[in-house]
Amino acid sequence: MTAPGGSMPTYLGMPSFPAAARTAVADSQLRANLTHATRTIRAKRAGAVAELSDWEELRQAAKAIKDHTLAHLDTYLLRLEANVTRAGGHVHWAVGADEANAIVAGLVRAAGANGIVKVKSMATQETGLNEALAADGIGALETDLAELIVQLGHDRPSHILVPAIHRNRAEIREIFRRRMPGAPAGLTDEPAALAAAARAHLRQAFLSAQVGVSGANFAIAETGSLVVVESEGNGRMCVTLPRTLISVVGIEKILPSWRDLEVFLALLPRSSTAERMNPYTSTWTGVTPGDGPEDFHLVLLDNGRTSALADRTGRQALRCIRCSACLNVCPVYERVGGHAYGSPYPGPIGAIISPQLRGVTSPADASLPYASTLCGACYEVCPVAINIPEALVHLRAKVVDAKREKNFSPERAVFSLSGRVLRSPRLLAAAQRAAAASGRLVFRSGRIRRLPPPLAGWTETRDAPVPPPESFRAWWSRTRGGSGPPERAGPRS
Amino acid sequence: MRIGLFVTCLTDTLFPDTGKAVVTVLERLGHQVDFPAGQTCCGQMHFNTGYRREAVPMARGFVAAFGGYQAVVTPSASCASMVREYFPALAAEAGDPGLARAVAEVAPRTHELSVFLADVLRVTDVGGYFPHRVTYHPSCHSLRMLRVGDAPLRLLRAVRGLDLADLPDAEACCGFGGTFAVKNPDVSAAICADKVAAVRRSGAEVLCAADNSCLMHIGGALARQRSGVAVMHLAEILARTEETR
Amino acid sequence: MSGTARDQILARIRAANRAVGLTDGGPDGAASGPRAEGYADADADADAAYAALARRYLRAHHDAAAHDIAALFAERAADYRAVVERVPESGLAPAAARVLATRVAAAPGPVLAPAGLPAGWLAELAAEITLARDEPPLSAAELDRAAGVVTGCAVAVAETGTIILDHGPGASGQGRRALTLVPDFHLVIVREDQVAADLAEAFARLDPARPHTLISGPSATSDIELIRVEGVHGPRTLHILLAGRDRGYARTR
Repeated sequence: MTAPGGSMPTYLGMPSFPAAARTAVADSQLRANLTHATRTIRAKRAGAVAELSDWEELRQAAKAIKDHTLAHLDTYLLRLEANVTRAGGHVHWAVGADEANAIVAGLVRAAGANGIVKVKSMATQETGLNEALAADGIGALETDLAELIVQLGHDRPSHILVPAIHRNRAEIREIFRRRMPGAPAGLTDEPAALAAAARAHLRQAFLSAQVGVSGANFAIAETGSLVVVESEGNGRMCVTLPRTLISVVGIEKILPSWRDLEVFLALLPRSSTAERMNPYTSTWTGVTPGDGPEDFHLVLLDNGRTSALADRTGRQALRCIRCSACLNVCPVYERVGGHAYGSPYPGPIGAIISPQLRGVTSPADASLPYASTLCGACYEVCPVAINIPEALVHLRAKVVDAKREKNFSPERAVFSLSGRVLRSPRLLAAAQRAAAASGRLVFRSGRIRRLPPPLAGWTETRDAPVPPPESFRAWWSRTRGGSGPPERAGPRS
Repeated sequence: MRIGLFVTCLTDTLFPDTGKAVVTVLERLGHQVDFPAGQTCCGQMHFNTGYRREAVPMARGFVAAFGGYQAVVTPSASCASMVREYFPALAAEAGDPGLARAVAEVAPRTHELSVFLADVLRVTDVGGYFPHRVTYHPSCHSLRMLRVGDAPLRLLRAVRGLDLADLPDAEACCGFGGTFAVKNPDVSAAICADKVAAVRRSGAEVLCAADNSCLMHIGGALARQRSGVAVMHLAEILARTEETR
Repeated sequence: MSGTARDQILARIRAANRAVGLTDGGPDGAASGPRAEGYADADADADAAYAALARRYLRAHHDAAAHDIAALFAERAADYRAVVERVPESGLAPAAARVLATRVAAAPGPVLAPAGLPAGWLAELAAEITLARDEPPLSAAELDRAAGVVTGCAVAVAETGTIILDHGPGASGQGRRALTLVPDFHLVIVREDQVAADLAEAFARLDPARPHTLISGPSATSDIELIRVEGVHGPRTLHILLAGRDRGYARTR
């Protein structure tokens, strides 16, 4: 089955990961910010998780619930639609990003508004909603402190949970001073002062907004309820005060029933902010007369998720609850940050989701499955037990297979040739003799300081070993003959 | 016991002393070691880079060489992981029931060295003597895939004269990641830099690991820095005695 | 593919699940068999498979029989920098009066009191304090000028130190959601019998049709260098009175 993939318009044309990473690795401010931030949250998370003796059981239950939901996704989506509608909401379906953006723009105009307040939503970042609305003359005000920092800084988010993690307090103060209308003179870089400035800046917008746009962490099929998990209160502002609320939600965010929240609300806060519970969680079902928006619209988004669903190994990525625990333990993410991944979804989960939603042919997406050492730290902390290393290796095969159509690839030639050598004892032994000979002749100093391409990257920062005069199998053959043990005991050589 | 030694293509070609050390230790414990000459490579490099088709013949070669052995021992956690965790998937993808059956036979009997000694043979004192300050880096495959636990540390603690130093942030990846080191050399080097700094902070004279891939990578950086810290595979330390130091 | 977006998405989902070998009740656990036409069978299959899912986690991490879960709630709510006081039932009205008087002195303005708030709770309120009702519904600007709001709650969760409002009608006095969102100070009165040991019990007590607000401390952000900073958009001060059977009370903050 070939389903067209999704698109993320704002991220078109991103460079490949190695190219982007080279720049990031050299950015000392970024490196310092990332090291400090990820190490802090890593330690806190471990403590929060250790408190629950049944963490592994919760994790396995979450995995089972998500896999079950995906296996019956059509049934549950229909149930969700029926229940949201029954409770006075409206449900829209969008195959791709452009369609979702157009639906939202249409609803905003129908509400007679030319601006919206937004609470953080990865799905709308994915579709490039803000840019699409701006092109339509509709202003979108980001209200999450970090998203506000990113928006005022004309920047891109670099982390799922803490999108401005690449900025330290001094940089944030500068952004506020230069770009936030009404920022107090003499604003310090104390986090409390910065937060207070954001509060003042956004308060009037909240109290007068006509249309709010949100995502949702979970959508409950059985009841038609949506759930938004947050810390600051801007989510509550956006989903409660405006007259019209539009929620854009990926189809994989659905859970079967209300009681499943006992599992996911135990896992999510501890995995993401390392707290027993985040400050605010809001749930609502359709429209409640006299309380909150009078007009509620749910936009269900595919944008390539059904492509991922069709991949037996890759679909586990759809279990993701966007906690970002994997980002915080990844040795690669810690050294490059989120922008190098060229996607709204960075880090380990980004490396397996982006190529599945967008396809494996763009330079960024073809390189993302390789942006990992396969160390497995992500799998260990994932609250829904996504085997990210397994998915990465699987996607690497997809990238390679997609390129097999092409006429010639130097890499494939190397792997094809080495494959033939490595499966033949005879050829392997011959190659070893050749390497040993070159070792004896050329590298008498015992170290290799520089290798030619494609291995030149190795010797930029490391010495390479010199092939020894005799391989193991040559030694065995010489001293022991055949496969068996020595014919007589004697000193080992 | 008659043990089939899977020495691995890397150790065979570049670090034969590791292979010799494994033989020494196992024979010292009274076992018979075979080196089936038909062995080559487990196919991990190809499999992990996405060239799965090219890895299938290597899996066939492995089961052909090692079928029938009561135990197969290898001085590489990453190769043991490939055999135990990924050969079944490879056989299934190749649609080869014969291969799948052979894999089901040999994979559970394939052990990484420290697991074989400490958990299968239940031996931690293998008669080693190595009077040096040593720190141990647990490779990601040994730590998270094979879950060898503290087997290597128990073995090192039983070596006479050995001063075992804690490695700060031991569980952090070294940044090798196979072809990652070549495809993403900048990030690989950045990760390695922190591992090297930790090794030097430990005050150890020797860095030990159960995987020559990690050692080649960290050791190459330690050598480039003229750090004076040596690297040795776990097997080579265990093989040393008073006579052979 | 033709048809609406809805048709296309549903068709892709079904094709995807077939492609990976999941027909009705495949590896998911229920009875196997080809998918029948019509939604009724798909619903039954999904429900059967769902009911069969193993749940080996604990319903409560601290058992109410063996632990003082009211004390656990107080301790954990205080961890979030909420101000928590345990008071005997008879001490509730004087405590509420004291808390609100202190607040109004610091930040003058009316105190919002939602309909259904038990009259006894505010029986000893000082005469100078103005109570504002939400009938007719107050504007956002009026809410913004309030000194604070006092409410009850639907249920509290001991394990996580969480208060859950279901904004319901009736005697719990919680008011619509905006009442506890816009003012800068929120006094919540929790009765000990409203404390559930953990999330499972708490959610079982709620009606999903209602909107809910789960509150775990005052508002906060960790967006700046991952340092937790209190007080962004929600009430910057959360004060909890935990009312129990008459016995000595202890201030937990």
